[in-house]
Amino acid sequence: MSALPAVLVLMALQAAAAAGDGARPPLSVPYETFRLANGLTVIVHEDHTAPLVSVNTYYHVGSGRERPGRTGFAHLFEHLMFEGSKNVPEGAFDQWLEAAGGSNNGSTNGDRTNYWENAPAGALELPLFLESDRMGFLLDAMSPEKVNGQRDVVKNERRQSYENRPYGMADLAIPDALYPPDHPYHWPTIGSMEDLSAASYEDVVDFFKKWYGPANASVVIAGDVDTARARALAEKWFGAIPRSVPVEPLTPRPVVLAAEKRLLLEDQVELPRLYLAWPAPEHYAAGEAALIALGDILADGKNARLYRRLVYDLQVAQDVSAYVDSGALASTFNVVVTARTGHTLEEIRRLVDGEIDRVKREAPSVREMQRFQNQSEAEMLRGLERVGGFGGKADQLNQYYLYTGDPDYFEEELASYRALAPSDVRAAAQFYLGPGRVVVSVVPRGKQDLGVAVAAGGGK
Amino acid sequence: MRAAAPLLLALATAAAAAAQTPVDRSHPPVPEAPRPLRLPAVQRFTLGNGLPVLLMERHQVPMAEVRLVLRSGAATDPLGRTGLAAATADMLDEGAGGKDALALADAIDFLGAEVRTSASWDYSTVSLSVPVTRLEPSLGLLADVALRPDFPAAEMERVRKRALTALLEARAVPGQVAAYALAQAVFGQHRYGLPVTGTTASLSALRAEDLRAFHTQYYHPGNAFLVVVGDVTPAVVPLLEKAFGGWAKGDAPAARVPAPAPLKGRRLVLIDKPGAAQSVLRVGRVGPSRATPDYHALEVMNTLLGASFTSRLNDNLREQHGYAYGAGSSFGYRQAGGVFQAAADVQTQSTAEALTEMLKELQRIATPATPAEVERARNYLALSYAEDFETNGQVAGKVAEQVVYGLPDDFYSSFVPKALAVGVPEVARVGAFADPADAVIVVVGDRKTIEPKLRALNAGEVQVRTVDDVLGRPPRVQ
Repeated sequence: MSALPAVLVLMALQAAAAAGDGARPPLSVPYETFRLANGLTVIVHEDHTAPLVSVNTYYHVGSGRERPGRTGFAHLFEHLMFEGSKNVPEGAFDQWLEAAGGSNNGSTNGDRTNYWENAPAGALELPLFLESDRMGFLLDAMSPEKVNGQRDVVKNERRQSYENRPYGMADLAIPDALYPPDHPYHWPTIGSMEDLSAASYEDVVDFFKKWYGPANASVVIAGDVDTARARALAEKWFGAIPRSVPVEPLTPRPVVLAAEKRLLLEDQVELPRLYLAWPAPEHYAAGEAALIALGDILADGKNARLYRRLVYDLQVAQDVSAYVDSGALASTFNVVVTARTGHTLEEIRRLVDGEIDRVKREAPSVREMQRFQNQSEAEMLRGLERVGGFGGKADQLNQYYLYTGDPDYFEEELASYRALAPSDVRAAAQFYLGPGRVVVSVVPRGKQDLGVAVAAGGGK
Repeated sequence: MRAAAPLLLALATAAAAAAQTPVDRSHPPVPEAPRPLRLPAVQRFTLGNGLPVLLMERHQVPMAEVRLVLRSGAATDPLGRTGLAAATADMLDEGAGGKDALALADAIDFLGAEVRTSASWDYSTVSLSVPVTRLEPSLGLLADVALRPDFPAAEMERVRKRALTALLEARAVPGQVAAYALAQAVFGQHRYGLPVTGTTASLSALRAEDLRAFHTQYYHPGNAFLVVVGDVTPAVVPLLEKAFGGWAKGDAPAARVPAPAPLKGRRLVLIDKPGAAQSVLRVGRVGPSRATPDYHALEVMNTLLGASFTSRLNDNLREQHGYAYGAGSSFGYRQAGGVFQAAADVQTQSTAEALTEMLKELQRIATPATPAEVERARNYLALSYAEDFETNGQVAGKVAEQVVYGLPDDFYSSFVPKALAVGVPEVARVGAFADPADAVIVVVGDRKTIEPKLRALNAGEVQVRTVDDVLGRPPRVQ
């Protein structure tokens, strides 16, 4: 009885969606960019909506540049950047910024280390002073004591984010199994406890000199600021920092696994969880957009294929996710499923593989593709509402600049999704989601039988 | 790059000039006087059935946020039906307006829309976020979800399994175990002692009829209002009328929740997590309600105590002692009362020392701070306030809060001057709201390692509890 009206409604919605897309102007976040004589790239974006500014700095160095025996160092270094510099006493970075109504944070991944300060528009010079002082004069105030203090904090971060967090150790095991030992993504950004213990004051000096020069950084100034003034202030605060030797970017190094690797971890968890990880092409390379679409079509929403089958219909799983974890050198396509009580990860694996085999045979429907494209566009628009912080416009401009050379890559990213045909997604599944992958089972202690069997001699 | 080449030339000369006159770094730049936070006006309308509409135009991004807010939440749950308001909200989009759960989700997802349903203590929300080009068809779906839910029995069983399984998973998450234990210990038999989302026992007993009855009783225009924020104008009102105007008039009874009784004395609840790398530390108290006249002073005090990076708790436990990755504190304000809590996840072997420092800071906040500390805290709170109003969703949430709690129309525009007027004596006075003498301490950690030193602190009667004591027997979900 309800079938006919439902069909009519769907047709109406498709018409509405198509009409909306046809009228849509290209998405753009206007900016100006310039390079100081010392090699620093500055990007300015004006948004006068609120009396706020954000200064977002990327150093083009991440854990991928670490040496053996010093894993976790890029992230430890990120912590040390907040401990004061020549003209900023220890503790003052945060004290001065907060007293002006500003906030800050930083993060590290395999490719880059980023820092942002959000501040009232009238306080813009303060973050520029703070950021430039540590870019120019960090070592004048560095000491072994500071290294020891932040070493403890970072070890606590590792305990809190991995060791004491259910399933946390899987995040450390996957890159270890997926990438060969000499690949920059082989070790986790948080590092090992032994390597964190070994990090020294001398390491800090070397790392700063090698990677933290202006020629290896980009600064976005965004918000309630006039472009000419932002340019003058960037020049004023950063201009006198000596030029640094430009750093050659690493060459992308996507990997291929010859065969499946299986691992099994016991953890203090109630339910077993299955992780599948396949090698994927690097960020914004050909093939990545199709895999991003595939992740969405598999796991985003009740009608997504894996969600529908495992969580909605069979109800053998509590949750499922599928996504690309992107990097400049290589990416990973992940499927993660938490099994319900009474279901083994072998059962889950078979069901997941069944759906992946199906998408290799049958391309997604046109509606599945449009749903993904419409959701991507909406998600990107939502991201434009914030200027500062992680994922705000300032951060996104810098992220696009690092990975593509074009800060205003918003429309290009959307276009890469719109250009996809259903057969592209099927082809990506066929090409990338082959037998060479990492399978990690995390099971409650003493319940190894709930995991996918690790064959004798198999695994890592 | 679009603008790089010509600018590079222009800058070369400026760079040469700047290099000759090094900038003075001997003191940090002094900020200009803060620019005022100017929020767009709230425009008010009323639909034919009496449903109020509050509209705020924000045209910078072509998105719209529409929220239907019901003035009934978890505080309305009847005895023995804990989690009813939340389960009702949770089930709204599992089949409505003649579409089953899958068809509804497909229609919403296809539009790039997000429809979210939730209940908090004092209200329930059905919200929509969508590109404005697809607002009109989305409004019909939003109205279906909010006004015409079907509560299908099969979907109810599925959602129940999901919720019970989430409670099972929570047993392995130390922070969640601590949160349940803290609420129970602070509020006892009061409704606030149990989670918004209910317990294993209450969720197992809920029936679709209960949800239908809750919806029938509380989801009425007289108990609701609409908040619309984004790239829209008053021209949207006829669309709202079309979607919501047919909703039959009606009122609903208000929740009657007594104020929770304050704690007397202190005890320590210890929950074993064998082999844990960290101990989860929480100190909790009964706190003031949203209507407290001390709101601005409390927020400044809490910023200094535990809601900023330089706060005393974070500085002490993280920066000075290296016990934790972070430490903080917060007030949760509700209609009938609230909760204060201080929190840190600390290294196992330093548990007792970290607790000692935490208690010390909670006590010390009631003695006068330095003027510089208070100035920093109130500036941080007041001058970063604009960041709470960046997204349409944030703004809609603020407008909803203002209406539900009956805050004055100028509450947000007067926040900055009022926070900036808080002085040292007021901060010390409201420091009493963090007094650890009348409080509950919860520790989830490796009992074998931490118990002897915790007992030696004499921080209060030690009550050893198990995860089963806190969360009940593990739910059986197949």
